[in-house]
Amino acid sequence: MKKTWAFVNAKIRLYWPLIKSLQTGLLLSTGLAGYLSARAPARITDLAGLAASLFLAISGSTILNMWYDRDIDARMKRTHRRPAASGELGEAEVLRLGLVISILGVGGAVAIAPLYGLVVFAGLFFDVAVYTLWLKRRTCWSIVWGGVSGGMPILAGRVLATGRIDLVGALLTLAILFWIPTHTLTFSIKFDGDYRAAGIPTFPSTYGLGVTRALIAGSTVLAALSIGWSGFLIGVQAGMLRLIAVLASGLLLICFASVTRPSERANFALFRYASFYMLATMILLAMGRMI
Amino acid sequence: MKMSGLDRILLLLTIVLAGYQIAIGVDEMTAIPILAYTIGFGVLVVSGLLMLILGFEALESPIVVIISTIIPLSLSAGLVWEFLAAYRSAYLGFCILGFLAVLLTRISPAKHPAPLAVLATVHGSAGMVIFGLPLFLAATGSVHPGFMLVGVGGALIGFGGLLLLFVRAGSTRMPIGRVYALLPGLLLAMVFAFVAGFALA
Repeated sequence: MKKTWAFVNAKIRLYWPLIKSLQTGLLLSTGLAGYLSARAPARITDLAGLAASLFLAISGSTILNMWYDRDIDARMKRTHRRPAASGELGEAEVLRLGLVISILGVGGAVAIAPLYGLVVFAGLFFDVAVYTLWLKRRTCWSIVWGGVSGGMPILAGRVLATGRIDLVGALLTLAILFWIPTHTLTFSIKFDGDYRAAGIPTFPSTYGLGVTRALIAGSTVLAALSIGWSGFLIGVQAGMLRLIAVLASGLLLICFASVTRPSERANFALFRYASFYMLATMILLAMGRMI
Repeated sequence: MKMSGLDRILLLLTIVLAGYQIAIGVDEMTAIPILAYTIGFGVLVVSGLLMLILGFEALESPIVVIISTIIPLSLSAGLVWEFLAAYRSAYLGFCILGFLAVLLTRISPAKHPAPLAVLATVHGSAGMVIFGLPLFLAATGSVHPGFMLVGVGGALIGFGGLLLLFVRAGSTRMPIGRVYALLPGLLLAMVFAFVAGFALA
């Protein structure tokens, strides 16, 4: 028994870094916010099913990414210690794990509600097939599809609550789609050398830092507008909308600073603030109808 | 100076309290005070977040002086609009001109004593309003005695401003480390006093 427990424990410790827990957590929070934005008070069974199926589907697609990208991860300083890249876990084992978890996630989602399952599957498909397998090594524009995929959890949550794809769901998806460049492009500026070493085309390496920063600024403005508009349409309480506007103003100011006075510090601040902004606005959108 | 875990917790609580005040604490008021308090507490939320992300070094930027002027100006403008109806327009004008004066004298490359004089006048006047008006209103029975806490918040904000001035002046009497050690607790106490004072008013 002790031996089995030690084995399971060791496996979990190896598997955990495969799912990028912070990113998965953030995407999961968007799914929950999408659901709560339409249904308050929530059905606990729906919430549990949503959380479990989304967690599995997002984790599954991340593991499949890690499996496919293990060669480029091994060439990058930031990622070479990942279990699939370092060889700590065999490629067949990672692939099996990714497939099983993905099937469990999407299968569970379809069992809960077919349309919800379809959206969850679309997220996985865009992420694994379109973004990772097809475009990531070919063009820096692949991040658009990464963004579309990132927008699926929030749409899935909304669809589960409403039973259809509505304007608010589309706006929330756009908000995530536009937010993702703020997150990933600041990241690709920070680790530009790593991406160049691995031969991954990024906006900084293809179009230069100026264009990349302008793109970040533009997409940040659009993300803030989409979130504000969807918050208004959802009927979020006025105070929560005020707070969302304050947080968006902070994001836009940092963005402006990183364009007009570019520095590593400004870039880092924008990257971290953008993550906080997304998490905080998701909580506010979810709470906005409850209070 | 590295930010400790306790500093981070205190800052996070400050951000949450200021966020609460924006989202819930000013709901009953009219448009201008809501806007003024949202700006004041909003600056606290955003600057608190930046301090969490960048550490205390965020305070060393020259823009901090300009940004920190917004807090007393907007809070005092909200108070005057709510409680001194006869002076609304005049005070709002003072706030706008005062902020522009601070902005212009801070970004001007010329080296003269005007920036400090302008800053002292604008900060000092706004600080006196935040400190004195709630105390006066509470003492005369116009509002609940608990509203005095807003005045306490005003005193704390003034003390915080003074500490930051020591940092910028490179004072040896108040080393930078000590100021940074005091700041998160001071910010939390200040926001708590404001939130409690407004809730009791």
